[in-house]
Amino acid sequence: MPRWIYRRLGDRLFAGVVVALGLGLLLLALLIAYELYSGAAPALGRFGFFGFLQGREWDAVRGVFGAWPALLGTLITSALALVLAFFPALAAAIYVVELAPAWLKEPVAYLVDLLAALPSVVYGLWGLFVLVPPLRAHVESPLYLWAAAHAPGVLPLLGPPTGIGLFSATLVLALMIVPYASSLARDALALVPREQREAMYALGATRWEVIRGAVIPYARAGIFSGVVLALARALGETMAVTMLIGNSVELPYSLFGPAATMASLIANEFTEASDDLHLSALVAVGFLLLLIALLTNLVATWILNRMQLEGGRR
Amino acid sequence: MNLRRRRFRDRVMAALVVLGTLVVLVPLFFILFYVFAEGLGALNWAFFTQGPRPPGEAGGGMLPAIVGTFVVDLIALVLAAVLGLAAGILLAEYPEHPLNPPLRLVADVMAGLPAILMGLVAFVLVVKPLGHFSGLSGSVALALIMIPIIVRATEGVLKLIPWELREAGLALGLPRWRVVLSLVLPAARGGILTGLMLALARGAGEAAPLLFTAFGNPYLTANPLEPMDTLPLKIFVYAVSPYEDWHRQAWGAALLLALLIMVASYLARRYAGGRR
Repeated sequence: MPRWIYRRLGDRLFAGVVVALGLGLLLLALLIAYELYSGAAPALGRFGFFGFLQGREWDAVRGVFGAWPALLGTLITSALALVLAFFPALAAAIYVVELAPAWLKEPVAYLVDLLAALPSVVYGLWGLFVLVPPLRAHVESPLYLWAAAHAPGVLPLLGPPTGIGLFSATLVLALMIVPYASSLARDALALVPREQREAMYALGATRWEVIRGAVIPYARAGIFSGVVLALARALGETMAVTMLIGNSVELPYSLFGPAATMASLIANEFTEASDDLHLSALVAVGFLLLLIALLTNLVATWILNRMQLEGGRR
Repeated sequence: MNLRRRRFRDRVMAALVVLGTLVVLVPLFFILFYVFAEGLGALNWAFFTQGPRPPGEAGGGMLPAIVGTFVVDLIALVLAAVLGLAAGILLAEYPEHPLNPPLRLVADVMAGLPAILMGLVAFVLVVKPLGHFSGLSGSVALALIMIPIIVRATEGVLKLIPWELREAGLALGLPRWRVVLSLVLPAARGGILTGLMLALARGAGEAAPLLFTAFGNPYLTANPLEPMDTLPLKIFVYAVSPYEDWHRQAWGAALLLALLIMVASYLARRYAGGRR
């Protein structure tokens, strides 16, 4: 083999292939955005972008599609799940890094991460057959009966205690997003330098005061990025939510009653959608979901940069 | 007095932290317990060797879904590995290439996209042109989910390889492509395999993007151009069905899927361990 083939051509060829594939990936990403946009265009054109966004009705029979109920469902479930998941996730991270005896650190961290490895459908299956029946019998029904007797005003807020609905879906969703928030928080806490802790101990602080005053503030950027990751998961989580939320796009929602999220709406109706407008409206919901995911990413990066600049660290 | 109150507060907060950890771990034990307890009861010879019976009839098994899971996941892994490894190599070995900033951005953004969107894209890209659902379209959807995981893992591990190794190769007169292929990649093998296994574990559990791509198919097939069943799809369909026996089989499939994913995660950890 002549030398120049081996050297010059080999290098060019290798770099060429690698660059071409990299370029392919870039084009693929553009294609994702473009295909979602062009698929959504008929529905968006029909109702207008903001009309579609604010449309309160989703009725396939009459051919009227508005994304507001699904958008609202996504925002409610994600926000509630995040609130429910935040403190346990942070607690698990603090426990592993600060409190647990050495032999327990690794197993607890592993178990929390295992939560992320379990498939969404398995959560849905467990929720449907294990969580929902006792939830209905021991939480939702008593609350509903109590409200019916003592505070009839809140009944519309509670909704039918069927077990399948917003409440169950949010509970399972919260459990599913814990590991994402927890593992990043754990890494961030573990990176806090020893001196930071020792300085505060030297001032006579208790263990909790050290955690509260020296460790958590130092790790806040990492903790925050974990929260964002968890939020991104919650926004797009599909299967478990679809199995548990009851899939009703009819407003108003109630705490125990059925609802829908953008992802569950797509999962639930896409294979059954027969006419083009319905399909396009579902893709448009997907396009909105894409925009929300991008926006979350963007805002998170921005806040994260500010946080790190402010602290003047790293 | 003040000190006693601070100590007390310290105890209370420690107790709350333990409580919060338990709030996370107890449901996990419940899930694992039920998956194993209910799942083991569902596994039998027919589960692995037969196709599903008509709705409502007891018996039958998961063979088409098991075969489909392997076919769809492996094709997805190959597709994702080609693009993901190339992008990872570009990012780590050609650090000054102008494509790198957008590529890194794309990998980060893709990692944050909901899986179901990948299903929509695969539907538009593959199902529509072909005119019918197919296992291949499911593979494309899963590959889109796997790619960012592989890119990050590959870039990360290649950057850990010291530049001296590359310089040593170049000093011996090796061209750059030989340095990458024969020195850097073998040295990073463990980490790359870890990335592939993590991607597989992630993709194997997904059902959402397969709903309208692989779609499901009660008959045994290994042809990726036909609709295919996979375990996550089957769990979903059986779980929301009204039939007692299908619920039982859904638990069996959940156990099998959980084991599959645990094996992949275990391999990922082992390869990662071998790197050190």
